Amino acid sequence: MSFKIAASPHAHQRRTTQQVMRWVYVALIPGLLVQSYFFGFGVWLQITLALFTAWLAEAACMALRGRSVSHAWQDHTAIVTAVLLAISIPSLAPWWIIVIGTAFSIIVVKHVYGGVGQNLFNPAMAGYVLLLISFPVQMTSWPVPQQLALYSITLQDTAQLIFTGFTGAGYSLEQLRMGIDGVTMATPLDSLRTDLSQALTVSEATSKAIFASALGGVGWAWLNMAFLLGGLVLVKVRVISWHIPGGMLLGLLLPALLMSWFYPDQSVGPLLHALSGATMLGAFFIATDPVTAATSNRGRLYFGLLIGLLVFIIRTWGGYPDAVAFAVLLANMVVPVIDKYTQPIAYGHGGKL
Amino acid sequence: MSIPITFIEQGQIWSFPGGIHPPERKQLSNTTPISTLPLASEFYVPLRQHSGEPGELLVSVGDPVLKGQALSAPGLNNALPVHAPTSGTIIAIEPRTIAHPSGLPDTVVVIATDGRDQAVQPQPLPLGSDRVKLIDALRQAGIAGLGGAGFPTAQKLALQRPLEYLIINGVECEPYISADDRLMREYASEILRGTEILLHISGAPKALIALEDNKPDAIDAFKRVLPKYPAMSLRVVPTKYPSGGEKQLIQLLTGRQVPSRGLPIDIGLLMHNVGTAYAVQQAIDEGLPLTQRVVTVTGENVSKPGNYWVPLGTPVAHVLEHAGFTPEKAQKVIMGGPMMGFTLGSLQVPVVKITNCLLVPSSQELAPPRDEMPCIRCGACADVCPAQLLPQQLQWLAKANDYDGLNQQNLFDCIECGACAYVCPSEIPLVHYYRKAKAEIRDIAREKAKSEVARERFEARQQRLEREKEERLERHRQAAEARQQAQQQAVAEGAPNPNDAVQAAIARAKARKAAQAAAAQATEQAAEPKDDNA
Repeated sequence: MSFKIAASPHAHQRRTTQQVMRWVYVALIPGLLVQSYFFGFGVWLQITLALFTAWLAEAACMALRGRSVSHAWQDHTAIVTAVLLAISIPSLAPWWIIVIGTAFSIIVVKHVYGGVGQNLFNPAMAGYVLLLISFPVQMTSWPVPQQLALYSITLQDTAQLIFTGFTGAGYSLEQLRMGIDGVTMATPLDSLRTDLSQALTVSEATSKAIFASALGGVGWAWLNMAFLLGGLVLVKVRVISWHIPGGMLLGLLLPALLMSWFYPDQSVGPLLHALSGATMLGAFFIATDPVTAATSNRGRLYFGLLIGLLVFIIRTWGGYPDAVAFAVLLANMVVPVIDKYTQPIAYGHGGKL
Repeated sequence: MSIPITFIEQGQIWSFPGGIHPPERKQLSNTTPISTLPLASEFYVPLRQHSGEPGELLVSVGDPVLKGQALSAPGLNNALPVHAPTSGTIIAIEPRTIAHPSGLPDTVVVIATDGRDQAVQPQPLPLGSDRVKLIDALRQAGIAGLGGAGFPTAQKLALQRPLEYLIINGVECEPYISADDRLMREYASEILRGTEILLHISGAPKALIALEDNKPDAIDAFKRVLPKYPAMSLRVVPTKYPSGGEKQLIQLLTGRQVPSRGLPIDIGLLMHNVGTAYAVQQAIDEGLPLTQRVVTVTGENVSKPGNYWVPLGTPVAHVLEHAGFTPEKAQKVIMGGPMMGFTLGSLQVPVVKITNCLLVPSSQELAPPRDEMPCIRCGACADVCPAQLLPQQLQWLAKANDYDGLNQQNLFDCIECGACAYVCPSEIPLVHYYRKAKAEIRDIAREKAKSEVARERFEARQQRLEREKEERLERHRQAAEARQQAQQQAVAEGAPNPNDAVQAAIARAKARKAAQAAAAQATEQAAEPKDDNA
């Protein structure tokens, strides 16, 4: 009889790409729960839309490229891209926002570059930036945390808003975004940015209702802590290493700390930086996309530091209130350079232990 | 890089980057003592069982042989001889499939056993013998590194360089394999005696005996014998794959790294496997050549897993049959361990010097690989690489046939331990890609060397032709000169000058020309009217 010929090693640890990806979206659950608690059910609808679009786009691309359609969907990377983008956009944004964004992420950012593992840029963030630049109004219209809102929104309202732009009672998103004080409410970072640029001090700016309960702003602080929790789980189960999130938080918080020492009332403190915007989502779930990050652990640390620093710079002096997407894309561009200069010294080439 | 020797003396254990902890599964085979098998009816003894050239054949078909009789001699290549594993008759010498990943045939001496197992007279040597004599005895005994690579032991010992330590490797880090473990438990004093011989031959002052901490019985066995040998000390390293790799073990025990493309001896170290130490002891003290070794036979598809003394040349089929082998569909038969072993296409392949294990796993315990998925650059491979390479980069470069890039990323420092492929979530057969790329790079280098030789030959030929032409012309010139001289001499001695005839002919020709010219002028003058006077 003939025996099977195979190349060594014959033993394999059975953690597949699929399992890795599954861990990622399991770890997103605490954040999603908090997000839907504060900002309504919109995020779940957005995720559904994103998944549907991602599946169609992925299938179409694989068919066009002459690959097995089932094969691509199997590795779950498209699911992660879709979910991350759906979480990142305002949860009551009109349906075509997420559809355009997801389709762009999958078709252009991922498949045009050659599919899984070949893309230079983080697909979710490239999609996000496309949307932000093309549809700035829709992309900055974050709903008011429900606890501060004048009107509460039901599931039915959410669906109607996303698909028609108005709730059953005829309110538009703009009307719904009014706070209890009757003023349209911005996100904490946005509001701070505007106020600081109008020469208000941080203590004045953070006296607004959106900052009422927690330092990072109502909802946003809890949201960031939930993503931090999920992220720590990922580090614990070794789906991601600590280098990128650690580097990013260090790169963001250290300059923030220095700034708040020297200009205490004109700069956003490190805690507010850490607990607002997309900081934790970005640090643990977005920047850690292995395909577009640096390869060695030292390289990943630098990559994270660079993202953190860019987030700090853009948030402080740039034209956008939050900056995770831009920072990640800019750092993606630098990856080949980082890789070149952080190649570990191989055994026997004179390195230390 | 230079680590003070005092730390090594204190028994410090360093660490190496990366590594993995696959399920060890050594319990399958390491609980029973090493046993023997009934003799096979035929033995297939390949001439090449070590790394290097085969020896020169000493026997022919029809010859009767005794156990331990040399079938080949070192010859001009200084190769390792092989010996008859039992008594019998040589019935064929022909190319057959041997134990090699390629499955390609090589020359094999086929012995039909007579069942008497008669041996040649052993010739032990006293340890006080001359170093050269001892090394020659080890070569004549056919001893190759039994840890896996099969490098001729005598050749390793022949290098004379200042040594600080001899390291005896009993780490046996591959899952499933327990051949060294059992050997150490049962033959600890022989191994240490072999180590003493190796110390004596190599001139190293001290020896370190290294084991993994998953072999407590072997550690105890050594501890009982070690007080006899003050120059040797025990080093227990944590269980991690691939701690037993030569480079990794050196890093663990000394904190040093073997320079890239260098040898341990470059940093004052020499390493031998425990099995080799045992074989050395047998060769010198007992005068027995290497004709058998311990082989772990294991996996869920043998009913009697364990360790066996197997005569070299025994067909794998015979070993497996006696171990109760029941093949399943698409059965894999692995020679070596699950990490670095290779599969056999046929069971007629013989057990050779480097065969430490025969593994016949069920498809549940070592499942066949699934489809290769695209690399997502997760970096799990880089985290486990003991050589500190970037396996994912190597993979991209290997697929793109970017040989310069591969050299830049130090492909040749890859020890092919398989840790990267073990952890890869996309199940990319990384080591396979590296082996292929290495082979291609070696091929290119060989082709280049070949064309270089061809170019040199061509240029030499051109030069020779040129030189010969010049020499020929020079010869002609000299011959002409000589001829002239001879002529002149002959003229001087009164012979008719051949030049005179030529001169006369020339004079005649000139005169004729002058006469013709005068005649022509006369006619011309006659034909012309006297214009001047007109």
